[in-house]
Amino acid sequence: MAVSLPENVFTAKLDALANWVRTNSLWPMPFATACCGIELMATGASRHDLARFGAEVMRFSPRQCDLMIVAGRVVMKMLPVLQRIWQQMPEPKWCISMGACASTGGVFDTYAVVQGVDRFIPVDMYVPGCPPRPEQLIQAVIDLQEKIRQTGKFFSDEFDKRTQYTGPSQSLPRPLDAVVAPGDYTTATRQWEGTGKVQFGERGVRTSLEIHPARK
Amino acid sequence: MALDVLERQASDAPGLDEREFQWTLNFGPQHPATHTTLRLVLTLEGEQIIHAVPDIGFLHSGFEKLGEDLNLNQYVTIVDRMNYTSPLCNEIAWHHVCEKLLGIELTPRCKYIRVIINELMRIQDHLLNIGTCALDLGAFTAFLYAFYQRELIYDLCEHASGQRFHSSFTRVGGLLYDVDDAWIAKLRSFLKGFMKAYNDVTGLLNRNKIFIDRLRGVGVLTKEEAINRSATGPIARASGVLRDVRKDDPYLSYPDFDFQVVAAKEGDCLARYHVRMLEMLESHKIITQAIDNLPSGPVNVDVDGKVVLPDKSSTWRSIEGMIQHFELTMSNRGFKTPVNEVYGAIEGPGGELGFYLVCDGTEKSWRCRTRPPAFYHLAMFPHLIKGHMLSDVVAVLGSLSIIAAELDR
Amino acid sequence: MTAQEAINKLKEVSGNGSISTSEFRDNTRVHVSKDILMKVLTCLKNDCGFDFLVDITAIDYMGYPTATTDRFAVVYCLLNTSEGSRIVVKTMVNDPDPVLPSSYSLWKGADWPEREVYDMYGIRFEGHPDLRRILMPQEFTSYPLRKDYPLRGMGERHNFPVLTRAEG
Repeated sequence: MAVSLPENVFTAKLDALANWVRTNSLWPMPFATACCGIELMATGASRHDLARFGAEVMRFSPRQCDLMIVAGRVVMKMLPVLQRIWQQMPEPKWCISMGACASTGGVFDTYAVVQGVDRFIPVDMYVPGCPPRPEQLIQAVIDLQEKIRQTGKFFSDEFDKRTQYTGPSQSLPRPLDAVVAPGDYTTATRQWEGTGKVQFGERGVRTSLEIHPARK
Repeated sequence: MALDVLERQASDAPGLDEREFQWTLNFGPQHPATHTTLRLVLTLEGEQIIHAVPDIGFLHSGFEKLGEDLNLNQYVTIVDRMNYTSPLCNEIAWHHVCEKLLGIELTPRCKYIRVIINELMRIQDHLLNIGTCALDLGAFTAFLYAFYQRELIYDLCEHASGQRFHSSFTRVGGLLYDVDDAWIAKLRSFLKGFMKAYNDVTGLLNRNKIFIDRLRGVGVLTKEEAINRSATGPIARASGVLRDVRKDDPYLSYPDFDFQVVAAKEGDCLARYHVRMLEMLESHKIITQAIDNLPSGPVNVDVDGKVVLPDKSSTWRSIEGMIQHFELTMSNRGFKTPVNEVYGAIEGPGGELGFYLVCDGTEKSWRCRTRPPAFYHLAMFPHLIKGHMLSDVVAVLGSLSIIAAELDR
Repeated sequence: MTAQEAINKLKEVSGNGSISTSEFRDNTRVHVSKDILMKVLTCLKNDCGFDFLVDITAIDYMGYPTATTDRFAVVYCLLNTSEGSRIVVKTMVNDPDPVLPSSYSLWKGADWPEREVYDMYGIRFEGHPDLRRILMPQEFTSYPLRKDYPLRGMGERHNFPVLTRAEG
């Protein structure tokens, strides 16, 4: 069936259109915890100017963001906050792990520091460096835009299939005789329910008191 | 559970008879004005703050435990990340204490270069502090001017050490590299341009009615309270405590320079802002004097002392340097430290930045306690904010110069 | 008052035998037992002019080369703001129940450092208004800076649920 269109209307694939829109207006959520946060500020400030790449609208409310930049080390007390904020962000959303500490724990291989946020939330782009230069972060944003352009779907159903854990290998470096100390460290900023169950976001209840099955 | 404890504590505060008019507000740990991560549980009556309970530890990464696992030279990479708005100051403080313990007297050139770097870092820290404080209070342009000057200081660090941010520039008994004439020329041009930016920032802020009204009379700290609550640095000096480690316990080559200790009487946020601004001018003066009188000679102490790492050219090009390098860096060798302990401090940008260092004879420290100024300053926060409005929280936090990594370590 | 004059004064006040001193570089240290700790600190603050508490920290001497039977030392660094002299007060506590009197009544600045020492070493301060953990989560059970706690922890840092992509 031939449809005649007026002169100034053109057709495109909906996916491509959505990707084009999303690509050029990423709104970052700066989850800046440490030194990388200063470089993140430098990236947004006068010399490097992230605005040139359409990603300068830093919003400190997760509800308005679609790109989380985890800048700096995340420690035991902060990880529940990170997960909560990640869950509060609307779909579709992406995550950049900025710097060695966020990606792997970096130099901080200690009792308190989580050895890479990708063990606990999905990560799309890793930026090496301690801290990375602003140019590297800008490159990561450009690469992420390319990734969105190539894999994005209008209904964000590219994420639905990814039910598997995609982080690093599950054989965590833990001494054999070590025991996980009793206690649940996920209540840092959350009301304790008293029953051992913690409401975890809006999408269902997880029992965070138990070690995740993947960890056993 | 943590919230329960904090709420109970907030409700136990005196004078809370009519609790139905009060509500609790959670501030942080992810909030733009907390300057990274800290959390405040505020009890409010309307917009007035009745009680504030800080909750910290959201960036506790075990620095001090790590210091017991790394040797005195390696740990410099970790102290860098402590107060990351002025990384080189931490290095200078750390190696100042190490050298105090080992009894090393630095060369004059090294002392001068360390003084220059220390003052550059003070400028950098104060610029960030003033810039972000202004940003939190709605003055965006001053932040951009301040950050551009910080970029220029980063360029200087990069030129000197090869790394822009965490330079790891100092070593026990010296520096990683000597600085060259091109660096000095770059520094001179920075000092010249800095005055213009400084005037821009003062022009934007000093007579800005909104900025001044939000700072004046807010968060007043009296002199007695400042002493009793262990305030140091610009915050103590803004309350009239004339303490400056650079003058009182002179270290490096500070006695050679002519500079003033800046102080104020009021003790409010505006006084802290003015003290910081004027301290940058004093730092500018010190750097100018230091590059005019920069001594020549070696930058490291004599290698025969078996403590300092040889410079890179002799490590790669001579067998003696190579052997010396291996002797010091191999895990079963290393240098010998006295079985003793020492407290030492320098005047960091935020206040007295000290280390309590215990050594056990090996090249590692047994205990390396940091005395972080921000830790004591945030502890004063409930006292400073009591009775003020909710919007004053960011003003007081901004004026206290809280850096979470230094706070939590 | 300089550190040496202060030591003489302390010896007058609390008896000659109860106080020993040592010096290293420019640090003057006073070693006191925990029974007379408060007396010494009060005397230093009120009579000797050491009105500024620089720092409180603790050290775990388990396995230290010159260790005695005492395990923990708690260190108070003090400063005389009018004259600029410094002194370090050191006291030892021991394991089953390490407890010291709190110096919060003398210096309000002692609030957080004492909490940190409690958090990191488990040394309790009696009379402290609010002795809870400050840096570690409230649910944490160990004392991380003790020498018998491993650097990499006991697996606590992996004890979190995992979010996959589909779960949002």
